[in-house]
Amino acid sequence: MRRYVISRLAQTALVVFLALTVVFGLVRLSGDPVLLFMPTDIQAKDVDEFRQRLGFNDPLAVQYARFLGGAVRGDFGQSLRYQRDALGLVLERLPATLLLAGTAVALTLVVAIPLGVVSAVRRDTLLDHLGTLATVLGQAVPGFWLGLMLIYVFGVQLRWLPTGGTGGIAHLVMPATVLAAFFAARIARLTRSTVLEALGEDYVLTARAKGLRATGVIGKHALRNAAIPVVTLAGLEIGQLLGGAVITETIFAWPGLGRLTVQALLNRDFPVVLAAVFVTSATYTLINLVVDLAYGWLDPRVRVT
Amino acid sequence: MIRRVLGVGLTLAVLTAALAAPWLARHDPARTDFSQSLRPPGTHGHPLGTDQLGRDLLARVLHGARLALFIGGCTMVVTALVGGLLGLLTGWVEGWPSTVIMRLCDVQLSFPFILLAMTINVIVGLGLRNIIVSLSAAGWVVYARVVRGEALSVKQRDFVQAAAALGAGRARLLFRHVLPNVAPSIVVVASLQFSQFIVAEAAISFLGFGVQPPTPAWGSMLAESRDFLYVAWWLAAFPGAALALTALGVNLLGDWLRDTLDPRLRV
Repeated sequence: MRRYVISRLAQTALVVFLALTVVFGLVRLSGDPVLLFMPTDIQAKDVDEFRQRLGFNDPLAVQYARFLGGAVRGDFGQSLRYQRDALGLVLERLPATLLLAGTAVALTLVVAIPLGVVSAVRRDTLLDHLGTLATVLGQAVPGFWLGLMLIYVFGVQLRWLPTGGTGGIAHLVMPATVLAAFFAARIARLTRSTVLEALGEDYVLTARAKGLRATGVIGKHALRNAAIPVVTLAGLEIGQLLGGAVITETIFAWPGLGRLTVQALLNRDFPVVLAAVFVTSATYTLINLVVDLAYGWLDPRVRVT
Repeated sequence: MIRRVLGVGLTLAVLTAALAAPWLARHDPARTDFSQSLRPPGTHGHPLGTDQLGRDLLARVLHGARLALFIGGCTMVVTALVGGLLGLLTGWVEGWPSTVIMRLCDVQLSFPFILLAMTINVIVGLGLRNIIVSLSAAGWVVYARVVRGEALSVKQRDFVQAAAALGAGRARLLFRHVLPNVAPSIVVVASLQFSQFIVAEAAISFLGFGVQPPTPAWGSMLAESRDFLYVAWWLAAFPGAALALTALGVNLLGDWLRDTLDPRLRV
């Protein structure tokens, strides 16, 4: 077990390293890095000084070695815009994103899984059809449009909720709903189909035959077996949740990692972009590791020895 | 059944709107008229109203359909060709080049699609052609993964072995025997990816990258609408509804194709 975790952590490190290398390469290959790194309003006479100061006169291999050397120590250089340590800036924003994403995941679990189970158990009833309609719509409606419409209805017209920013729980309601919508739709749909599949299995029939109550059959036998594909999808989708956070945070002026990344990209603040790439890919691969470990708990057949 | 009809119907409707946009809309989507700015839907001559510059919203939404389908279509073709070919080759020839390509896939998949496409877009530059390049560079991975998996299993099958024993060349084996058996997966993945590309393009343009105003792209129209949300709800409602209906139609069509061609596939 320990060996497995260590080898997976090594793989995670490799993936993060390759991601950084690719982005570093893309940034450097895409033309004069000085022009790319500079704010667009800079004076021409400052170009040479800038080039010297950021070390772009050195050979590419030297620059890459310096970049990696810094990255290992968590040093991605100074943000060009904020004149601050880039990684520090990114890490400062991470808790807000984790709070938003965590709330969205919790919302999904509370809404989507019961919805999927009920749809499967009460198959072809009105409830099932309504549930299916909701999931199909949830997958098709783009998050940023849903966000705008919610702002219009609940923020502008009804004035029930703040249109953006942070503060109390009220500020979290709309962003978390928007972020959860697509995710919840996919999870509910998959839960429905895996529970349906599980309900047709022999062990469910056996459990029923020996007189177990319906809740026991569904909760203990069907749901646990249906959980594996759902957990897999959830793990894969959490990465897309981090992507969705980029848009949601921008719409609702939520001070998280996604909004910082968009601003850094718009400002061509590449040290911050690289630090954000590092944190995002590390978070994502670590979440997937946790998901893989969760399999062993759910399904003893895949338990690693 | 309802779903299939709805999928085909919506997709055809969007396709028609896109192809016939210049004839369906009576106005030029770029023509400004300040005397007619921010008119609500139902105003004479402007069924969906006008925007802050007095441009006809119906014309802009219809021309937006053209752009969305064009970008989605181009990206779909490029990713299917590149990803399909790479998947086919890496599935056929095992060895270090295949390993390198598959590792690259892992790296790409360790990063949210939309963030990746956006980052590439900033590096290669904004505009119509570059958004297609960016989406393609971020999107080929799924095809490569799926096709490689299929190719690995198809090449072990008896009919391929038999063709090889009969002396068929590599290219013939690959394109005459393996490719036709992998093709349904490519079609299914393409149909399921299509709406993702359209929505991603709109999201990227919404955030200020990708297609720039005044080109009538749904995403940049929605971005502009944010400043007028308090006074003109229709600017946000209609382009977004068009986008959602397009995604809905294509998704339903994709589900149907998957159920018909390849029910095992989960993307």
